[in-house]
Amino acid sequence: MSTTPLLRVEDLRVEFPLARGVLRAVDGASFSVEAGQALGLVGESGSGKTMALRALLGLLPRTARLAGGSIEIDGVQVVGAGEATLRRLRGRTASMVFQEPMTALNPVLRVGDQIAETPMVRLGLSRRKARERAIELMRMVGIADPVRRAEAYPHELSGGMRQRVVIAIALSGEPKLLLCDEPTTALDVTIQDQILKLLAGLRADLGVSVVFVSHDLAVIAQTCQHVAVMYAGQVVEQGPIETVFREPHHPYTLGLLRSVPDFDVVREHLSAIPGLPPDLASPPPGCRFHPRCAFARTECTHDPIPLLDLGGRTARCLFHEECAAEARREPVVARA
Amino acid sequence: MTLGGFILRRLLALVPTVLGVTILVFFLIHLIPGDPARTILGNQATPARIALVRHDLGLDQSLPVQYEKFMARLAHGNLGTSLFYNVGAGRLVLQRLPVTLWLLGFGTLLSLLLAVPLAALAATRRDTIADHVVRAVPLVGLGFPAFWVGTMLTLLFALNLGRAFPVGGYGSGFFGHVHSMFLPALTVALGIAPILIRSLRASLLEVFESEYVTTARSKGISERRVLVRHALRNAIVSTVSVLGVNVAYLIGGTLIVEQVFAVGGAGQLMIDSINARDFPVVQAVTFVFAIMVVLTYLITDVVHALLDPRVRFD
Amino acid sequence: MAVAAEAVVEAQIVEHRRGFRRRWYRTPSFVAGISILGVIVLLAIFAPLVSHSPTYQDLLSQLQGPSWHHPLGTDDLGRDVWARLVYGARTDLHIAFLAVLFPFCIGTLLGLLAGYFGGWLDLIVGWLVNTVVAFPFFVLIIALAYAMGPGSRSIYIAITIVGWVSYARIVRGEVLVAKRREYVLAARSAGLSNSRIMFRHLLPNVVTQAIVFSMSDIVLDILAIVTLGYLGIGVQPPTADWGQEIAEGRGYLTTHWELATVPGIAVVVTALALALIADGLADLLRPE
Repeated sequence: MSTTPLLRVEDLRVEFPLARGVLRAVDGASFSVEAGQALGLVGESGSGKTMALRALLGLLPRTARLAGGSIEIDGVQVVGAGEATLRRLRGRTASMVFQEPMTALNPVLRVGDQIAETPMVRLGLSRRKARERAIELMRMVGIADPVRRAEAYPHELSGGMRQRVVIAIALSGEPKLLLCDEPTTALDVTIQDQILKLLAGLRADLGVSVVFVSHDLAVIAQTCQHVAVMYAGQVVEQGPIETVFREPHHPYTLGLLRSVPDFDVVREHLSAIPGLPPDLASPPPGCRFHPRCAFARTECTHDPIPLLDLGGRTARCLFHEECAAEARREPVVARA
Repeated sequence: MTLGGFILRRLLALVPTVLGVTILVFFLIHLIPGDPARTILGNQATPARIALVRHDLGLDQSLPVQYEKFMARLAHGNLGTSLFYNVGAGRLVLQRLPVTLWLLGFGTLLSLLLAVPLAALAATRRDTIADHVVRAVPLVGLGFPAFWVGTMLTLLFALNLGRAFPVGGYGSGFFGHVHSMFLPALTVALGIAPILIRSLRASLLEVFESEYVTTARSKGISERRVLVRHALRNAIVSTVSVLGVNVAYLIGGTLIVEQVFAVGGAGQLMIDSINARDFPVVQAVTFVFAIMVVLTYLITDVVHALLDPRVRFD
Repeated sequence: MAVAAEAVVEAQIVEHRRGFRRRWYRTPSFVAGISILGVIVLLAIFAPLVSHSPTYQDLLSQLQGPSWHHPLGTDDLGRDVWARLVYGARTDLHIAFLAVLFPFCIGTLLGLLAGYFGGWLDLIVGWLVNTVVAFPFFVLIIALAYAMGPGSRSIYIAITIVGWVSYARIVRGEVLVAKRREYVLAARSAGLSNSRIMFRHLLPNVVTQAIVFSMSDIVLDILAIVTLGYLGIGVQPPTADWGQEIAEGRGYLTTHWELATVPGIAVVVTALALALIADGLADLLRPE
């Protein structure tokens, strides 16, 4: 079981220097992905999941700063690495699938050329071979009539097709790791399903690992085997999806699960998590979730809570047992 | 839509504007307080002359009839007759137009040479000292009257510092033109560069911070390729737009500069005609300038459509 | 329902103003601009107190350098340069500040109507805008000023005819966006009349951009006035005007270059002050 993970993130910190202080978007997040595995990174907006993902390839926004921690992709350290190292990793070892396909594609270039770029520049294929590869990729991601479609500009394609193009671009360098930043959030529900099935199929066929960022628990449940729940810049729970969703050991995870309507289980009531996410420039002392937590006690309000190893899973909660008991009492996920 | 179809649609859309232009130009003469004919003749006015001018200019008929005649003449390319030279006003303007076009072209070139590097510098080094300095340029630069800048440049480079450039005139031969027109073109360029710098910097920033540039970077291609193949193409599209929008201001700037440097173009013709009370020529120049602007809008639109595939399929 | 909608709008307007009042002195560009402009305006207003007559010709002391009696020397007709500078400010600023009002009002009104009602009204206003915009700014101003004869009245009319366009565009754009906001929909569903919605609710919110622009517009107006003066078809002598002074100074570039240079610097400094105010205002009035 001790194979080196393809991706190992430890104590990652991403900051935004502000006039009034420092906003810690990611404050000590740790997670890992094995080869061929799919990890879901789930949390509300502002939880830090998108920044954590962007940090992996050094694609943070201009105003953000990678303030510490360690990111190892296929054995290569990203934190503190030079541009040349990062560029080597990008596209070939790990690549990104973006959220908004309309803005992620260059409006003045044909999609075929955009897909063919990485094979041509990074894999050294000739222009013609790269073109063929692009058409092959388009077929692989389910774009009908790829030869004709390759001549199109992004605005001529539908949202779903554009996202397939983005996925094709991400796969064009034959990466081992696919980083997906809410790839289906901007799409219609029916298209969402298609894209998710496509990603699952690609993972099975090509054996790529996936990190899937989303705020939608159902989407994560459908695509990933492992999940890391993020709150206020930290990972608060991590483990196999089955176990975490069936028996969450962190009150935030429990709250998330309870606030999602699930068509398979008719529940007594939907409950929203009371309160608002904290100000990331000055988070509450102790456990960051304690102001909104039903299980909070005085011990939760002083020192930062460490990530506890529960054997095969982790949770950042002192009262995780009580939380799990509560989850068992009124389960959210009824089926296996 | 094909390119031809696009051009045709644009041309049709311009018809109401051109119509509006003719109406405004037509009405210029009727804005003159009192009796236009008397004012035009000034101290040469005698009752006989006034009646003659009135008849010449068609002022003795009703407005709609006048406009009809005006448009009829226009359709035949007749822009009126110069009271001073007694030749077709249109012909006069066309004679002088090449100089103005020279000034326009040269001025635009110089303004781009000034604005593009500065805007690129500011955009790539955002929030640094260089950026702040460049951003200060439009703040200060837009308040410089063109005729004053021209005068100052004359003072500095034509009358002092080695007298490198002539005080005025058009020069002869290509290099003569370049030499004589350098200061005037520079004046025009300095007039529009602040606006260009401000707009270009904003466009470039938008391009640099766009998602598709991040996508390009995520492919692991060289930064130079990202810049040239992705950022630049989009930036050029914006540049063309910005230039097009400001062309009216640019053309207006040449008018005064021509007068300051006495280069003898259409703009100077207008000023001279004002001083000589040659109203038909003033009218003609105004009309020609407006048509130039309209044509330039059309050309900019077409070039924009050629560069940006999104536009054509509107 | 009408009361509720109004209360929302009132609260928004108050929010705006409170923010402005609290922050204006902390915006450096605004403060700098107001200070510089303040000095110039004060000099212009108190011109008779800070200088001699600008029109008195002392033909015995032509083209003299700076002295105790004439701080900036005299021009070719023996007139005090400093006085002409200060009175030039008086003339040009007075006309510019006044001239910006008519295009502002007309343009804002037309933009409001065109944006709110759309349809034919919008088409017609659009056509008028396109027509005016087809003419280079200075060309049209010069042609109009020439046609209507010299003097400040022509300047006002010329600037109005040409200048209303920018305001109409800006306000129309703002109205198109604001039209879809909740407070307008609320007012409409409450049955408020169109004019009430337009003037009581929309106008206060869309006019801020027009106000910011008006500062830059004053700069354009000053340039227009000064250019017309330079060409001799604007402010007429003997009234002092910076444009005239530069024109007169041109004849002495080789010997007394300051005659042409100094009034130009005055224009630049004034324009800079106004640009700073415009920048500061844009910052201050920007919704948080």
